[in-house]
Amino acid sequence: MPIIDAATATNKRYDVIVVGSGAAGGQVAYTLALEGLSVLMLEAGRAYVPETETPMFQTPAMAPLRAASTPDKAFGFYDATIGGGWDVPGEPYTSASSDPARQFWWWRPRMLGGRTNHWGRIALRNGPYDFKPHSRDGLGFDWPIGYEELAPYYDRVERLIGVYGANEGLENTPNSSPGVLMAPPKPRVGELLVQKGGRGLGVPFIAMHRAVMTERLDHRRLPALLHPGNARAQRILATDMQRRAACFFATPCSRGCSIRATYQSTTVHLPPALASGRLDIACDAMVREVVLGKNGSASGVSFIDKHTHLERHARARAVVLAAGACESVRILLNSGSGGGGIANSSGLVGRYIMDTVGADLDGQVPRLESLPAHNEDGAGGEHLYAPWWQYGERNTARLGFARGYHIEFNSGRRQPGFGTARGLESLMHGSYGAEFKSDVRRYYGSFLEFSGRGEMIPNANCFCELDPALKDRWGIPVLRFHWQWSEHETRQAAHMQQTFAGILDSIGGRVVGAIAKSGREAILPGGKVIHEVGGTMMGTSARSSVTNSWGRTWDVPNLIVADGGVFCSNADKNPTLTIMALAWRSADHLVSLMKRREI
Amino acid sequence: MTDPTRIDRRTTLKWVLAAASTLPLLVPELKAATAALPPAMAPATGYGRDPLLTRTYQPGELWPLTMSSTERRIATALCDVIIPADEVSPAASQVGVVDFIDEWVSAPYPVHVSDRALVTAGLAAIDAAARHVFGQEFASLDPAQQRKVCDPISYVPTAPIGQEAAARFFARFRDLTAGGFYTTPAGTKDLGFVGNVALDRFEGPPDEVLRQAGLL
Repeated sequence: MPIIDAATATNKRYDVIVVGSGAAGGQVAYTLALEGLSVLMLEAGRAYVPETETPMFQTPAMAPLRAASTPDKAFGFYDATIGGGWDVPGEPYTSASSDPARQFWWWRPRMLGGRTNHWGRIALRNGPYDFKPHSRDGLGFDWPIGYEELAPYYDRVERLIGVYGANEGLENTPNSSPGVLMAPPKPRVGELLVQKGGRGLGVPFIAMHRAVMTERLDHRRLPALLHPGNARAQRILATDMQRRAACFFATPCSRGCSIRATYQSTTVHLPPALASGRLDIACDAMVREVVLGKNGSASGVSFIDKHTHLERHARARAVVLAAGACESVRILLNSGSGGGGIANSSGLVGRYIMDTVGADLDGQVPRLESLPAHNEDGAGGEHLYAPWWQYGERNTARLGFARGYHIEFNSGRRQPGFGTARGLESLMHGSYGAEFKSDVRRYYGSFLEFSGRGEMIPNANCFCELDPALKDRWGIPVLRFHWQWSEHETRQAAHMQQTFAGILDSIGGRVVGAIAKSGREAILPGGKVIHEVGGTMMGTSARSSVTNSWGRTWDVPNLIVADGGVFCSNADKNPTLTIMALAWRSADHLVSLMKRREI
Repeated sequence: MTDPTRIDRRTTLKWVLAAASTLPLLVPELKAATAALPPAMAPATGYGRDPLLTRTYQPGELWPLTMSSTERRIATALCDVIIPADEVSPAASQVGVVDFIDEWVSAPYPVHVSDRALVTAGLAAIDAAARHVFGQEFASLDPAQQRKVCDPISYVPTAPIGQEAAARFFARFRDLTAGGFYTTPAGTKDLGFVGNVALDRFEGPPDEVLRQAGLL
């Protein structure tokens, strides 16, 4: 069973249809297929083959415009995003407000594997506090599960995908089980310097956790741990693990990885799932709606075949939505005949969408100037980060915001790009000629780029709904977004920049550019961190949530939401690892329901 | 007794300063340049949302290059004033930076279209200043003369009143020149970038680096 065309996808009734092929869809399809269920995956974008399509080692000089960002490729020419971006041609979305501060930016790829092909590979676990935020401070919502219920799935996902990191045992920053993490790469000089500065300020910089293999996967030991009692799955996985190479410490992860050293759905989940013979994938299949049968259960989905523009109908015993939080909302709202969508008796579909709070600051550090040439490519991303370090009620009162953030930062002598020597006029006082060349040599590698990534508290002003008029090029009604940060987020953003300035100061560095005058100026627009979650929140009752703790919708028993839509809070931890852990847990639950014929 | 050589030098200096402060205003020219965009600019499209990432692209291949031979001559000279050859690396124009700038200002995306207006007007202004002060086109001046034309506009905060736009052009042109140059193999080597090679292990910074950064 392979990549098939849209017409073939309608030929048979599958056990499960999975809509979307990213972190959630990949995980669900992997789990279901290796457990022997027949799965049809529908992806709105084109098929994608990382082994042959990834620009490994290509330099900016080989690209148009030195690989600089353009409206066609917002993160630069080599970014592993196909067909998408902040806007997708022919597939618009709208905003309810014209106020620039109330816009939501919706990033969508249109490719197999979705945004897992370009993601930052940062793989942080939510901690125990992150599942019970309302119990701790009275804000937002508790999850119906706690950390301990998800911990075994975090271990499983980390073992499957390969994650480097270290167990530091810091508050609300969970350890993995012994032997799960791979050794973190040694810190770069700029990272060590920041770590030293942070120590004096009480900000702990520790090993980052990233889904990059610093060693080969143990194909003899891991398959049995991941698929106990399933010899066939173990055999398939052992074979596939041997086809994944360890990182060779070159070329940025955001381009994708042809040697499969990092997690992408297309390099980790889909190959073994396809090898099981139980997964069919149809690409360029834009799902319009979940189709309900006479008994109120889902009978399948209808989708547009982008090649023929024909609407087709695929059938299955169960449907899993993993299209990305907002796209799954859109499918639910476009489904059914009543106008209010399906699985929406709570009225909560599309409500409480969240992004990550983001604020950035750049700096320059004289102690990093004119260093001897040495290779700082490393594992293609951060080796160190600082988890939130100020938990506790007293801190909340003092800080003026309720939740925390972690610090990511880039440093080092990275591959020179279009921007390497750009915008340095204020440092170099307008030098040009021989002096400019000498200045560029001096400053190269001496910059730090800090990014705060913080928890947003869900609020009633952040939601999406169907636009009353606009349809996309496929004739499908589009989403309209509402967005408003609260002071918890804007104050946090201001605090981030103050912290970064303090760290720079502690190591003799200086801010490049300016600190924003207020949190409202400092904070990135909603959606810009591309961590959108919520909109189909899980919970303990049909009245207060869209799904139960396994992502199963209360109203439609064979319809599961497996993506970040089910999040009840959006901890500062990047959501991808949690999406995968939840998706695996939901898929296990679905397997048991189907085996018991309850679905 | 008056020393005529001395007076001449002083007078020349005055002319340069006066000329520098009367460099043609860029704003009106900028509008003119926008209105006079060559027809080739209109139909060009970008590389789209799904370009082939694994091949090498040449300037002019995706959209036509649009700089005139005069503009390219001025740009060549100005690139090399900004990044001249030295003992470490060649001059910018020797490694294809002018082709890159032409590719950049000919690209169809909004920032590039606006850069084209700025660069067209700026190059014309630089050349006009050269002709006004030295009676020769900018490209024919010797390096010292070229620097006399560029000095007043090389730093936006100290640009003379009325020359802010020219200074912004210079800053942008320096960015473009540097962006083109430091991405070439010669420019990358100049900076001492030694990555983008597969390694068995990542060893972290050598002791010498840690020592210099005060960490050892």
